[in-house]
Amino acid sequence: MKIHIKNGRLVDPANGIDAQKDIFIAAGKIVGIGQLPADFTPNQVIDAAGLVVCPGLVDLSARLREPGYEYKATLESEMLAAAAGGITSLACPPDTDPVLDEPGLVEMLKHRARQLNLAHVYPLGALTRQLQGVMLTEMCELTEAGCVGFSQAGKPINDTLVLWRSMRYAATFGFTVWLHPQDSYLADNGVAHDGEVAARLGLRPIPAVAETIALATLLRLARETGVRLHVCRLSTSESVEMIAAAKAQGLAVTCDVAANHLHLTEHDIGFFDANSHLKPPLRSQRDKDALRQGVADGTIDAICSDHTPVDEDAKLMPFGESEAGATCLELLLPLTLKWANEQGLPLSAAIASITSKPAAILGLKTNHLGLQTPADICIFDPDQYWRIEANALKSQGKNTPFTGLELAGKVRYTLLEGNIVYKS
Amino acid sequence: MYNPQLTDDGKLKHLLSIEGLPKGIITQILDTAESFVGVAEREVKKVPLLRGKTVCNIFFENSTRTRTTFEIAAKRLSADVINLNVSTSSQSKGETILDTIDNLTAMHADMFVIRHSQSGAAHFISRHVKPHIHVINAGDGRHAHPTQALLDVFTIRRYKPEMHNLRVALVGDVLHSRVARSEIHALTTLGVPEIRVIAPKTLLPEYVERMGVRVYHDMAAGLKDVDVVMMLRLQNERMTGALLPSAQEYFKTFGLTQEKLALAKPDAIVTHPGPMNRGIEIDSSVADGRQSVILPQVTYGIAVRMAVMSILAGNS
Repeated sequence: MKIHIKNGRLVDPANGIDAQKDIFIAAGKIVGIGQLPADFTPNQVIDAAGLVVCPGLVDLSARLREPGYEYKATLESEMLAAAAGGITSLACPPDTDPVLDEPGLVEMLKHRARQLNLAHVYPLGALTRQLQGVMLTEMCELTEAGCVGFSQAGKPINDTLVLWRSMRYAATFGFTVWLHPQDSYLADNGVAHDGEVAARLGLRPIPAVAETIALATLLRLARETGVRLHVCRLSTSESVEMIAAAKAQGLAVTCDVAANHLHLTEHDIGFFDANSHLKPPLRSQRDKDALRQGVADGTIDAICSDHTPVDEDAKLMPFGESEAGATCLELLLPLTLKWANEQGLPLSAAIASITSKPAAILGLKTNHLGLQTPADICIFDPDQYWRIEANALKSQGKNTPFTGLELAGKVRYTLLEGNIVYKS
Repeated sequence: MYNPQLTDDGKLKHLLSIEGLPKGIITQILDTAESFVGVAEREVKKVPLLRGKTVCNIFFENSTRTRTTFEIAAKRLSADVINLNVSTSSQSKGETILDTIDNLTAMHADMFVIRHSQSGAAHFISRHVKPHIHVINAGDGRHAHPTQALLDVFTIRRYKPEMHNLRVALVGDVLHSRVARSEIHALTTLGVPEIRVIAPKTLLPEYVERMGVRVYHDMAAGLKDVDVVMMLRLQNERMTGALLPSAQEYFKTFGLTQEKLALAKPDAIVTHPGPMNRGIEIDSSVADGRQSVILPQVTYGIAVRMAVMSILAGNS
């Protein structure tokens, strides 16, 4: 299969390209950029006039819900959603049922994903068995099975001795630990930011210090152990300052933010809208501004979807009983474009934060549009508005605070290793 | 702005919280309640305003007092009343809230009185009921208890009609209190110029001052020259969560005694939503004293709930 993508605006942050160039694909790889290779006769020509051609998006956190939670979503539904969102590589956290703490489970997940062949799936293994924060998992075995890092998903390790040892063990082999900064005691089963909205609505609060205290512990232990630390889902302005300071000291730390948190605040809870029940909680305007600036100045390395499909019944409850999370695979691109547009940043900055930068965190070498790299490509219309509605989403999860709103940025084609896996 | 408890033309559809209620509607409820105060003193304590209507008291959380007053209020309006203690029946069998609501709707209920341990439960239910059904929030988590706040301001208005000239202090556990949140909104809407909260920092929410109150941590300073002292109930479990050391120390620092009450204006009144913990948040001599209006509150509570139900029924 040979494909010629013509007349598109090629944006490839890793190679510093933002220009109108054609792309030529053969046998799943890019064989020409801007110049027609010799003896190239395409089977298919994609006219990308007015469209942007960029590397396939890389998402640092997408819950695929398999195994165990197929009533919320299946691997197939969510990988179709990823393709529809222009995402070709995604990391998935280990909080499935059973937990991804055994090599066999990881191999099965990788195998199922390969069969569907809609996106590259990079599982994160559990750092501790059953995510219980007590015993270490077999990290070497899990890495061999395909894990790219180790995580506790939403279950922080409360025992700092176990945390310290798990970091030391991971550091021995150069593994990356992906940790969410949250102090369980201070969070105290809260459901909303400890601000004026929670005070008024009487929702159980999660103070900002629940994040910063845990972050201070993580950064200090990372420095002690030398482990490579990726901090997941910052939500407070002070966390951004702490990460900036740690990076200035030369610590090997990276971090991400969820796309929803760049646009929403505690006030979006409105009259107890369970769709705005997220984890970490939506915080104040000041926090949101700091997160937006943090991505712009590079303190925050990447934007992720933090895709968490929730079944309808789990949202049809009073706010405090509803399940946290939102569907977001298909919103990652438009929400990132919206952020960059509002910040006055170039398109390449938006694309870098969801392609080359997260790819670097995952250690992916091929996520750019270079010669002989696999043709993982997203082609989108940056100016096309579309309405976020349940039936417009491929994901089995329909829950998002953006329901009913129109966002710009519609994916037109997604190519995975030269195969068109999505077209609209 | 969208207001989930009003109809498109601004009439009361549900009573979910005091926040967002226009002053006109609050005044309408209080004025209507005045006309019901006399009903209880008649030989036949009934008016036919809700005849043929069915009121469901759905209590997902136990409460004897609030449920009883709603029941009496509905019966005095000639409604049929069904009491449902859901915490002890369907929920333990796994039925969801919406299933419970749908089943009662199918039995042609006209009004739901809801008590639930989760903040926002009444809002949630109001979004999912059939259009002809009215929802009254009888307490949701820490969020709101609008009829309690209405009966409180009704009581205050009876003793101190000049609301725009009052200094009011709320004393106690504001953090966990739906009553306090609703009282603050009710007093603010009715134009009370100075509202104080007096509590230790562990029993106040962050940003409580954004609700328009002055914060005090000392009874002597907080009670000085106030016209109304509104006591809040202290739950016993506050002692176990490291929020307070002991009931004794709480009584010493924040309990209302005659001595502390003497700092308020001489004609100050004392309210309490009940049930009281004598010797913890309030001394018996105050609770039973001449400045206490705690029992009148209970009497007026029925009139206020009758007013709310009759206004809702009138807006059908």
